[in-house]
Amino acid sequence: MSTFNLTDTTASKISATLTKLRHSMGAPAIGMVLTLVVVCDEGNQYDAVKAATEAAREHPSRILIVINRDPREPSRADAEIRVGEATPGEVVLLRLYGELTKHADSVISPLLLTDIPVVVWWPGGAPAKPAEDAIGKLGSRRITDALAATDADKALRSRSAGYTPGDTDLAWTRLTPWRSLLAAAFDQPMGKVAGGVVEAASGNASAPLLAAWLSYRLKADVKVEDSAGPGLTSVRLTLASGGDLTVERGDARLATLSRPGQPTRRVALARRPTAELLAEELRRLDPDDVYHETVRHMAEQSR
Amino acid sequence: MSKKPAQPAAPADDAHQAATAVAATATTMDVVAANPLRDPRDKRLPRVAGPCVLVLFGVTGDLAKKKLLPAIYDLGNRGLLPPGFSLVGFARRDWAHEDFAQVTYEAVKEHARTPFREEVWKQLSEGIHFNPGEFSDDGAFDCLAMMLKEIDETRGTGGNYAFYLSIPPKFFSQVVEQLKRTGLANAPDGSWRRVVIEKPFGHDLKSAKELNATVNVVFPESSVFRIDHYLGKETVQNILALRFANELYEPIWNRGYVDHVQITMAEDIGIGSRAGYYDGIGAARDVVQNHLLQLLALVAMEDPTSFDADSLRREKEKVLKAVRLPHDLSTGTVRGQYTAGWQGGESVVGYLEEEGIPQDSKTDTYAAIKLEVANRRWAGVPFYLRAGKRLGRRVTEVAVIFQRAPHLPFSKDDTEILGQNALVIRVQPDEGITVRFGSKVPGTAMEVRDVSMDFAYGEAFMESSPEAYERLLLDVLIGDPPLFPHQREVELGWKILDPIEDHWATHGRPDGYEAGTWGPPSADEMLARDGRVWRRL
Repeated sequence: MSTFNLTDTTASKISATLTKLRHSMGAPAIGMVLTLVVVCDEGNQYDAVKAATEAAREHPSRILIVINRDPREPSRADAEIRVGEATPGEVVLLRLYGELTKHADSVISPLLLTDIPVVVWWPGGAPAKPAEDAIGKLGSRRITDALAATDADKALRSRSAGYTPGDTDLAWTRLTPWRSLLAAAFDQPMGKVAGGVVEAASGNASAPLLAAWLSYRLKADVKVEDSAGPGLTSVRLTLASGGDLTVERGDARLATLSRPGQPTRRVALARRPTAELLAEELRRLDPDDVYHETVRHMAEQSR
Repeated sequence: MSKKPAQPAAPADDAHQAATAVAATATTMDVVAANPLRDPRDKRLPRVAGPCVLVLFGVTGDLAKKKLLPAIYDLGNRGLLPPGFSLVGFARRDWAHEDFAQVTYEAVKEHARTPFREEVWKQLSEGIHFNPGEFSDDGAFDCLAMMLKEIDETRGTGGNYAFYLSIPPKFFSQVVEQLKRTGLANAPDGSWRRVVIEKPFGHDLKSAKELNATVNVVFPESSVFRIDHYLGKETVQNILALRFANELYEPIWNRGYVDHVQITMAEDIGIGSRAGYYDGIGAARDVVQNHLLQLLALVAMEDPTSFDADSLRREKEKVLKAVRLPHDLSTGTVRGQYTAGWQGGESVVGYLEEEGIPQDSKTDTYAAIKLEVANRRWAGVPFYLRAGKRLGRRVTEVAVIFQRAPHLPFSKDDTEILGQNALVIRVQPDEGITVRFGSKVPGTAMEVRDVSMDFAYGEAFMESSPEAYERLLLDVLIGDPPLFPHQREVELGWKILDPIEDHWATHGRPDGYEAGTWGPPSADEMLARDGRVWRRL
């Protein structure tokens, strides 16, 4: 992998350097499928870049990392360009200073690849209305992560108010294996569900979403309760016909599924690294209506 | 049946519920509609197979070790196997469950495409069982029946069994008879029984019909899943997407623009340890009758009204029925047999020197056939099919070669080296699509030369594409048949090939070609007579 540093630079210089690098490597136009813009700070930059480059293995992309630095300094943009074997695409780390921190979009938009989707990801703090954010506006898909918010519950509810098609949250993505398992269990009719409980470590961002989804889809009251963790530990649904359908996971890896009249079974249900979550997000770029309905339901319930 | 509704609160309601509880076993359309947690818009949730048991006959074979067992693990790793999924191995080995689990473990470690995860293995290994026995041994099958009943109780698999016959066809009748005798072939109401068979589906029309009759006596056609692993490949399915999801290609996909089509399946390996099977069968029966004709059908067919099994198969059948053989089989077909030579830097022996091959064998290790599709779209456009072993390298592709531009406003010298436009679907390896067209060579002179534009699957969608067997196994367990050829397609394939094989049987010997080359000179002559050449691969 080679790294190139451009200090006090502009978008056109970065663009020219990228083109030059690609030509000199003998790959003038490799099939990149999207531009991924990551808005983060110096603290979570390392993890975000790592996850994004790993996800890029499945979805070759140009990855633009925007890091805002001291706004009191004179306006300046520094770029660090990484190309090479480790990533199928290209990575540009942009460090912005001074007034430019408020106009990051002016650096980003000339660097977007033409006519292919743009995805914006905030691994840390995110704007309340991602679609109205200057950088968020550039994306057709905007990924937030409620896990990073101090009050995940509140963050998710506010997402409902600012929802625009294309918004999604990694707290929702983390639920896919759980939802998939529960949906598979319901492939065999269960009849009505009287109520349920989702248990998770205190403050878990995904638990209220799962409860909201279940309660919305099953038209039943589903509560969230605290457990010792780690993460989500159990879902218990009380069936109207008697008995419980339960999924329990104590070790964040292997779960047991039990339901009335059937043997208890173990199912792999491991937590997934961020790169995998991101790859799942990038797989489908159409609006996630089910996510929308779930956050809306969550907001309505708590009103 | 192990499932009982829990403490019926409303008896009538529950009776109904219990009946449907077992019927609804996989994520089919009806199930999606009935399941409150599913929503067609919720694309994150995968299709999952319902509770079931896969009974694998022939677990010691190469296919099981290299493809099937790893594919099962990969499905589990992707979260596509139902909780309680169980795998039963059946073979003539003195093994306990643990031994089979160990064999599976090793196969998975070595050949699985997804990373090894302890928890996935744990889930899978709990459901692994082994039943030792011979196909002729009634006791072994009685044991199997009992074991499956027990698995239903302990694992909640609901009487849903798929029997995968990864065994030579000569044992089919014995095994299906045994399944019938033990009642395993008969699904009680609300559960299913399926049988999966692999090629060869006979060696001519007659034997294909006999084989089918053997299986059909016990299993109805709708429960028979014939695996043609080519149809499980992403690139092959992509032929349909390419043709029917785009506006760019279909208008020129006909005799008005297409000059001819070349379908190639080249292997660099020899027959290896398959002498016993291969000799007397040959390249045409081995791959042309199934894989190549399926590719031809997908490339040439009209658009199906939908992608359900019925509509898709109907269109494929229509096109296979329209296939016409050349009038003169001696000029329209070529067969070859490799002789000693150098293949990829290695000195290799000829076919007749391979172990277990009789000195006077007339088996074709190379076959090239010129076919026509007699319909409005394709009349007059030849489809050249070729398949062979010990060729230059391993490559499977479909190349649609277009006609030359009707008029070239350049001088003859400018376009001297300009070839014909081509669209190539690369099936394996390096899956993707290549378009070849003319482009100006930079410089002050107007010089036009062929360039190619590439779409590589590996670049645009890396690592996410499942192995062919993964997709097909999942489809078997879900009960989704579009990617499995119908018996009618198999028979149509033999109707095309039988006259050729008959002709070959009575006319001389295959032409020799040196290993590592691209087939006998007669194959080049066949195209030269039409003023064409094979693509250099």
